[in-house]
Amino acid sequence: MKTSKPESIVEDKVVSAPASDAEIGRMNSTIAIEVDDHDHKPSGITRWLYSTNHKDIGTLYLWFSFIMFLTGGAMAMIIRAELFQPGLQLVEPQFFNQMTTVHGLIMVFGAVMPAFTGLANWMIPMMIGAPDMALPRMNNLSFWILPFAFLILLASLFTEGGGPDFGWTFYAPLSTTYAPDSTALFVFSVHIMGISSIMGAINVIVTIVNMRAPGMTWFKLPMFVWTWLITAFLLIAVMPVLAGAVTMVLTDKYFGTSFFDAAGGGDPVMFQHIFWFFGHPEVYIMILPSFGIISAIIPAFSGKKLFGYHSMVYATCSIALLSFLVWAHHMFTTGMPVFAELFFMYCTMLIAVPTGVKVFNWVATMWRGAMTFETPMLFAIAFIILFTIGGLSGLMLAIVPADFQYHDTYFVVAHFHYVLVSGAVFSIMAAAYYWLPKWTGHMYDHRLSLWHFWCSMISVNLLFFPMHFLGLAGMPRRIPDYAIQFADINQIVSIGGFAFGLSQLIFLWVVIKCIRGGERVGEKPWERADGLEWTVPSPAPHHTFSTPPKLD
Amino acid sequence: MQDQNTINQKLSLKLCAAALVMFGFGFGLVPLYDVMCDALGINGKTNSESVAQPQGMIADTSRTITVEFMVHNNKGVPWKFTPSQTTMEVHPGEVIHTSYYARNLSQRQIVGQAVPSVSPGEAASYFNKIECFCFSQQPLEAKQDVEMPLIFYIEPTIPSTIHTLTLSYTLYDITKDVDTTKTANLSPIDLGSSVEGVTQ
Repeated sequence: MKTSKPESIVEDKVVSAPASDAEIGRMNSTIAIEVDDHDHKPSGITRWLYSTNHKDIGTLYLWFSFIMFLTGGAMAMIIRAELFQPGLQLVEPQFFNQMTTVHGLIMVFGAVMPAFTGLANWMIPMMIGAPDMALPRMNNLSFWILPFAFLILLASLFTEGGGPDFGWTFYAPLSTTYAPDSTALFVFSVHIMGISSIMGAINVIVTIVNMRAPGMTWFKLPMFVWTWLITAFLLIAVMPVLAGAVTMVLTDKYFGTSFFDAAGGGDPVMFQHIFWFFGHPEVYIMILPSFGIISAIIPAFSGKKLFGYHSMVYATCSIALLSFLVWAHHMFTTGMPVFAELFFMYCTMLIAVPTGVKVFNWVATMWRGAMTFETPMLFAIAFIILFTIGGLSGLMLAIVPADFQYHDTYFVVAHFHYVLVSGAVFSIMAAAYYWLPKWTGHMYDHRLSLWHFWCSMISVNLLFFPMHFLGLAGMPRRIPDYAIQFADINQIVSIGGFAFGLSQLIFLWVVIKCIRGGERVGEKPWERADGLEWTVPSPAPHHTFSTPPKLD
Repeated sequence: MQDQNTINQKLSLKLCAAALVMFGFGFGLVPLYDVMCDALGINGKTNSESVAQPQGMIADTSRTITVEFMVHNNKGVPWKFTPSQTTMEVHPGEVIHTSYYARNLSQRQIVGQAVPSVSPGEAASYFNKIECFCFSQQPLEAKQDVEMPLIFYIEPTIPSTIHTLTLSYTLYDITKDVDTTKTANLSPIDLGSSVEGVTQ
């Protein structure tokens, strides 16, 4: 596109008025400078430090998220190694608690959320035909404060008295009266993470609202853009509430306030209300972009248009709205009045309706399609099946009387890992396999990627499925030791855990191999894929859509 | 292009404002929570100031409610803290006098604060205290003890589904939190109605 345009200008000029060779030469040289300016890419470390380019920042986000994924994963390995046998083998209980806490925080705020922000940075401008994100400098800032947030969090593990050990939900008074001295570090790192995601969300909204190419109307937006738009609104609505909650923890612990201290007139249960007012929309923040990714991949490998596009948009909106009305289903056992328990139970079950619409639409898209099973499609199909399993165990947890049995057991752990690992993380893998050829210009090693898929698929189920049984049998979560009758299943779970962790190294291998070389791909490595991102060359040039694309 | 920038700036400022509003809303949840709990009587919190029984309230002798009295010493406060009676059978509307006994077992002055909670939570708004030691802070010198009165009534409109009501006090050590100069001037007698029966 870029090369064709200058030529046509030159031709027009030549045709309309005879020009001297010198004039044409001058014109060509200005064009050459312009083109050079467009492809200007700073080199070395400054390219990354000062970058305001959405693709570079997207890459930074994705690499950062993968490093955090491995870091948090290493902590999970420690947890599973300790739980391999009953009794205390490897680590002290307090260190075990720090591992569960920091594993959760890193996976939520360091791995899943930045991965989605990275995908948003890379893909949204290309999908809507915009030259870049709307606020490129803020984009740079929102990424570069993130590593410091996690450095602070990880550094707190090495302080005297240890890092945060109160669970990623940091319930008061565990995070106030009984918390380690390093709690202030935890609070500040959460503040920075929050500021980073709010800035990212503002950028996404402004980009989508203001920067769409002419003719890109609301109902032409790809589902990934739609889901991210709604996610960004959720982020702006709830991340500040989380910032408020950690601030209250900070002042309760260090400055003598009594937000959550009953002795001073506060209420520890109120902490849970404020936390989950953030926390429940947060779980949709971590799954809505997945829905967008799956809605892009399933049609591309089924050879059909996405079934029920409009209902997908409305379902996403209603999930987002309902997410504000269900927070207390995390608190059924706090002694709420019956009418409140019923209200939150029914609202929670109501969310199954729009989610069901989505799953139905994906299945209907595949129905009688000419399906092919490339790696992104395999991950997408695995997502649909495994996410649905996670969704159904969520419905079980929504039933108040049943929840009294499941509460704080491994059943809950199984549930949220099904929706977050085989849900959100699998969708991120699917996205990476879908767009990697666009990012690198190379096709990745199919055989290796299949190894990655099948190893992950088998091990993730070995890892999380037996946890349902542990939970139903009464094994509590967040404990370093357990009763002897849980030993065998824990051993299986740990083996699954180690296998899943190792499988992710195959992914690293595939990605590095793909960046370094491989079969060259054209604009559209997936024949039946649809969308503006497939109209630019692969690898996507540093600047795309400097002039808006024409849409029909 | 300049135009595009101003449009972008406008929208970003609006979104920043929205984020700030939501930050405020997070703190707004604190009073909102108290108001909601008060209005709906759902978190087991009882009245924090003394009330008088309305004139002409007649005890409903056709109903009997079992009231259980419990105490917890938070994080090992070194006090002996017990109700004088652990259960009582009361009629709604009847004014009940009972008391708690506290003795400081340690060698130093400790200021205690008892925080009440009623279970089931929805009964809290029907449980009215006319006089309670929980309304004030209670300093006790080393080895000092005190008999602390509790006068309450249960509103006759209490739902008929409630047959048993548990009143639980959690005792907190707030010596560090109270102004030391203030407590030094506070002899137990100054605490007013709450310490009628000091037995030194």
